[in-house]
Amino acid sequence: MDISSVFFALVTVVAIVSALMVVTCKNPINSALSLVLTFFCLATYYAMLNAPFMAAVQIIVYAGAIMVLIVFTIMLLNIRVDANKKGSHQVALGSVMGIVTLLLTGLILTRGKVSQPVGGITSDMINKLGHTELIGKVMFTDFLLPFEVTSILLLVAIVGAVILAKRKLS
Amino acid sequence: MDINVAQLFQTINLNVIMPEVILSVLGMALLLVNVFVPSKSKGYLAWLSLIGIIGAGFVAVTGWGTTVSSFNDSVVQDNFAIFFKMIFLLAAGLAVLISDQYMSREDCNHGELYPIILFTTVGMMLMAAATDLMTIFLGLELMSISLYVLAGFNRDSIKSNEAGMKYFLLGAFSTGFLLYGMALIYGVTGTTRIAKIASLVVQVGGAGNTMLLIGMFLMLTGFLFKIAAAPFHMWTPDVYEGAPTPMTAFMSAGPKAAGFATMLRLLLVVFPAMKAEWSDLLWILAVLTMTVGNFTALRQDNIKRMLAYSSIAHAGYCLVGFASGTATGTSGILFYMLSYTFMNIGAFAVIVLIGKKGEPNGTVMDYAGLGHKRPLLALAMTVFMFSLAGMPPTAGFIGKFYLFSGAVEAGYIWLAIIGVLNSAASVYYYLRVIVFMYFKPGEEEFDWFTISAPVALALVVSAAGSLIPGVIPSLLLQFAQQAVKLI
Repeated sequence: MDISSVFFALVTVVAIVSALMVVTCKNPINSALSLVLTFFCLATYYAMLNAPFMAAVQIIVYAGAIMVLIVFTIMLLNIRVDANKKGSHQVALGSVMGIVTLLLTGLILTRGKVSQPVGGITSDMINKLGHTELIGKVMFTDFLLPFEVTSILLLVAIVGAVILAKRKLS
Repeated sequence: MDINVAQLFQTINLNVIMPEVILSVLGMALLLVNVFVPSKSKGYLAWLSLIGIIGAGFVAVTGWGTTVSSFNDSVVQDNFAIFFKMIFLLAAGLAVLISDQYMSREDCNHGELYPIILFTTVGMMLMAAATDLMTIFLGLELMSISLYVLAGFNRDSIKSNEAGMKYFLLGAFSTGFLLYGMALIYGVTGTTRIAKIASLVVQVGGAGNTMLLIGMFLMLTGFLFKIAAAPFHMWTPDVYEGAPTPMTAFMSAGPKAAGFATMLRLLLVVFPAMKAEWSDLLWILAVLTMTVGNFTALRQDNIKRMLAYSSIAHAGYCLVGFASGTATGTSGILFYMLSYTFMNIGAFAVIVLIGKKGEPNGTVMDYAGLGHKRPLLALAMTVFMFSLAGMPPTAGFIGKFYLFSGAVEAGYIWLAIIGVLNSAASVYYYLRVIVFMYFKPGEEEFDWFTISAPVALALVVSAAGSLIPGVIPSLLLQFAQQAVKLI
């Protein structure tokens, strides 16, 4: 067993335990902080998969921005400990969804056929150009249109948030 | 991988996305106009939007008969995309026309409504024209996020809040399925361009490749949610009932057509080799969707809920044409979606007029006596109901005729029979409205509601659109056939 497998196993244990803590913790702040830990583990996976840009974005966007948002919401709404009693139907539904997802993943892993790397972007290319640079180039060439559409999407999201949440409109 | 800027710009043809550009720019401009023009009435924004929508329509039509792709194959302008763009523009135009009267009455006449309708339309048009999974996804998200806002637009109404919230939560959930499917397909093929995926499907093993198969079904799940097919229809009645009526009209016609457009392009272009798999699934779902929609609609008194279940049933009829996979069936979907836009938005326009502030009177019984008090309006409603029920000589009849004959052509005789039986059952709840309008006495004190000019225009256009393709279907059908030939 080489060092990277040991490291992978270690990160996986932390990821699973912290993910379980997200749903089992009684205090919402503890749940939120466990979620941060899960995000860090995911970032570690990306780094291990030779995708440093993804790892950085995962930490900046999810562990940083989104978590701050969640913690702020918890504090502003003043959610008390144990206020969110988890109903039995919620546990049942969650378990069913979990099992279905697990089966799906199992099916894909055992029956899916990915014999060799596919597509135009090879690991040679990534090593030569660098992961971040490659993403930038693809984003402004092949995916220029989706990239531009994102700006309209964000505009709609901002305008929509103002309409739905502003206290008093003219 | 060095970027050659000159080469990059050669792949960009802005004419292909010109209708989208027009509507996006207009939407942003209207957001500003709304702020800087102090006016209590927002009707002028509706007219400005309408001008933009008609302009975009003219620009889109000029490309008919040509197939041009742009942005390095991310998006295409072909007959198929143009036909669907017309449906979306029509839905947006009619929705804009009926919005002002309703929104003024409900005291939520905020000018932001019109830009958001325009952005929704941009999203739908991108979905129909997209030839790349990323573009499809962003078009869908642009459409969906705008629709969540539109559903919850009446902030003072608890029902509208509920509609927005429910649609948002379930919509986000379904987007997860779609994205999961896209990721799996990208994992198998290494590309997001649908033309390239199509050429690789057989090479990677077609239906024998479990990852590809699961990816396809997960993507289908995402779209089936958007078109409100059973068993992914749970959100429809609550959202359609709670959303402001003009927005219900819009979201029952436009996004449904957009979902069908993308499904058609994906399944017919990318996965024709796996037709045996998806065709069987759609067969079952078509039967389920029609039956659940129609038989639940039978028990509804609230007319918006009834039309919500009816819209589920109509998605089922279109799935019949889809399951067949023949040219008759698929061009039938295009024909039907266009006629459905006319008749359904027309029916909702009548609901807008009958309703009072807060909509206390949303039941079928409130239509009693309408035939004597407002004969022309009752006549228009009769046309829409007949068309929805699929009676000759309306567009609804011709549409169903082509959908079901597509199924017969493909050998799905039983599917066609179940479809016809369902259609017969649906006549009951459509006719019930007509019976109330003409044969039940209304209340003594009749509210002489006003019919504003834009709503009247929308009613005339919808009634004409529900009748004319039924009397002379050949022209429209010819366009539909040309549209499906090229995908």
